[in-house]
Amino acid sequence: MNRIVNHPILDKEKPAKEVEIFVDDKPIIAREGEMIAAALIANGIFINRYTIHKHKPRGIYCAIGRCTDCIMTVDGIPNIRTCVTEVKDGMRITTQKGTGVWS
Amino acid sequence: MEHSLKTTGSPSLEELYKSPAFPTKEQLHKGPIAIIECIEEIPCNPCEASCPKGAITIGESITNLPEMDYEKCTACGMCITACPGLAIYIKDYTYGDTKALLSFPYEYYPLPKAGDIVQAVDRQGNYVCDAEVIKVRNPKSYDHTAVITIEYPKEYFEEAVNMKRIK
Amino acid sequence: MIVTELAIVGAGPAGLSASIEARRAGVDVLLIDENARPGGQLFKQIHKFFGSRAHKAGIRGINIGTELLRESEELGIHIWLKGEVCGIENGHNLWVVRDRNRSEIVKAKKIILATGATENAVIFPGWDLPGVMGAGAAQTMINVNRVLPGRKVIMLGSGNVGVIVAYQLMQAGAEVVAVLEAAPVLGGYGVHTAKVSRAGVPFYVSHTIKRAFGTNHVEAVEIVELDNSFKQILGTEQILDADTVCLATGLTPLTELAWLAGCKFNFVPALGGHLPIHDDKMHTTQPDIFIAGDISGIEEASTAMEEGRLAGINAAQELGYISEDEAKIRTDAIWDSLNSLRSGYFGQKRRDSKDLILQNGKR
Repeated sequence: MNRIVNHPILDKEKPAKEVEIFVDDKPIIAREGEMIAAALIANGIFINRYTIHKHKPRGIYCAIGRCTDCIMTVDGIPNIRTCVTEVKDGMRITTQKGTGVWS
Repeated sequence: MEHSLKTTGSPSLEELYKSPAFPTKEQLHKGPIAIIECIEEIPCNPCEASCPKGAITIGESITNLPEMDYEKCTACGMCITACPGLAIYIKDYTYGDTKALLSFPYEYYPLPKAGDIVQAVDRQGNYVCDAEVIKVRNPKSYDHTAVITIEYPKEYFEEAVNMKRIK
Repeated sequence: MIVTELAIVGAGPAGLSASIEARRAGVDVLLIDENARPGGQLFKQIHKFFGSRAHKAGIRGINIGTELLRESEELGIHIWLKGEVCGIENGHNLWVVRDRNRSEIVKAKKIILATGATENAVIFPGWDLPGVMGAGAAQTMINVNRVLPGRKVIMLGSGNVGVIVAYQLMQAGAEVVAVLEAAPVLGGYGVHTAKVSRAGVPFYVSHTIKRAFGTNHVEAVEIVELDNSFKQILGTEQILDADTVCLATGLTPLTELAWLAGCKFNFVPALGGHLPIHDDKMHTTQPDIFIAGDISGIEEASTAMEEGRLAGINAAQELGYISEDEAKIRTDAIWDSLNSLRSGYFGQKRRDSKDLILQNGKR
């Protein structure tokens, strides 16, 4: 688990509502309102997509929605920047290959 | 290995002795005093206002190096948590027969408890000696900068400046 | 179409400060930010700020941010979050994409661009592996999202961003394996490097990353020494264990909107590169467009807030809400504060660059 629970400076967070999301059909627990990329990292998932030509793995790079290294397909829509998109209960996320497919 | 602030990250004693807020060897051994390791002209002055005895002077130009009047300093420790750079600590060579005292700012978890044995370190984070925690203060007014007081053997008096983080 | 007197793009420290000054004077303000939360980079700064005690020194960035937000809420400042300003036309119209699904045109008498900056990249083989990220990215993950993006970190770059984030990574529970600096001297404040040094982290000046290794993630990093011309010295390579590389290699102002608006630019290396020039009222060369914060040159949160206040007061004065005399008294005091923040060993270079900009930006 990669969540920071006790931080010397930041006060403890209010207990957040847990939601269930699916990453490549695998259920994981996330906190309501958190960014998809953060929920994935909290659960040990660091690969968001594979590049179109050389199939190389990519993960977060800028983390503020500018570089698109973190894009995944979310609820059938590809190229979603997971570092600036919030999770929703029941969300279905898939590791994207290349530019993704609209479904 | 030689150290210097701009090449290895921590200041050498030579660099520190140039500072008007770093005590001479004599002052350092006289009794409880505050030591400020701030040797660059950066715009910053909260230490000045924090001292109830007016022992610290920066002056009108806030980039001035802090000056310490060791006649006025009572080592009350108010300046330790006022410094945004965590550059101030207190030492007391005269604390005990074989032990000296060090109070330093600390912003990591977990915090130790009084009575714990911790590892005192030097400016490069190298292990110096074991030390016993005497006091841990972390009230709201310190805004999350805890002040830890440790006692440690006098023979390591000068090297120890902080403690190793607890895993 | 929405009509407003003053539109401010960016709700970071500069934009928030500008909106507070303008709204206090009575101006009808619309503050727009592309993020889901306001505050820009301020809510990632969990350390105590430097500066003069009279200007919030000793207070953590996050608390300054909370204070600014509270003030803006009390003043009832109208704010659009998740609003991406994608275009600017005729010097007064902003094209805003709201919630990523609808368009809005905002027509404003005055505009303040406070769009901040973006992190620079340094490229080496393996830089595209998961685990290589900007230092600001790591800072966002640990301080805002409260997740640890890595446990063994190599920090590339020893400026204030690099050393502060290295310290904060350790506070979050990570280990910092090393801080590398290409130049022969470290860049950040000595008190910051001293904190990191006494946590046992080694600094390597005249070093850079040759490559990062790993199959699906960073597993190790090869570092190499540089000579006086920044060329790699073969034979000095070392392999360090790591799962994360943070790049703290400078910031560049985000200036697209100023380009689109036709503002005149200068190339100012000490402040981040190409940036729109401004006068002492924070006017760009376009009559009704102001700038404030990192867009006008990479500095700090403290200078961003002061520049935001300048822009807000001057915009309010031009809109008729503050007299010229009152504006001058207040902005003179802010200039004193800015000059003080831009002094000393680290600040003087910024001061010299800003003086040149002001000369070129005079109207």
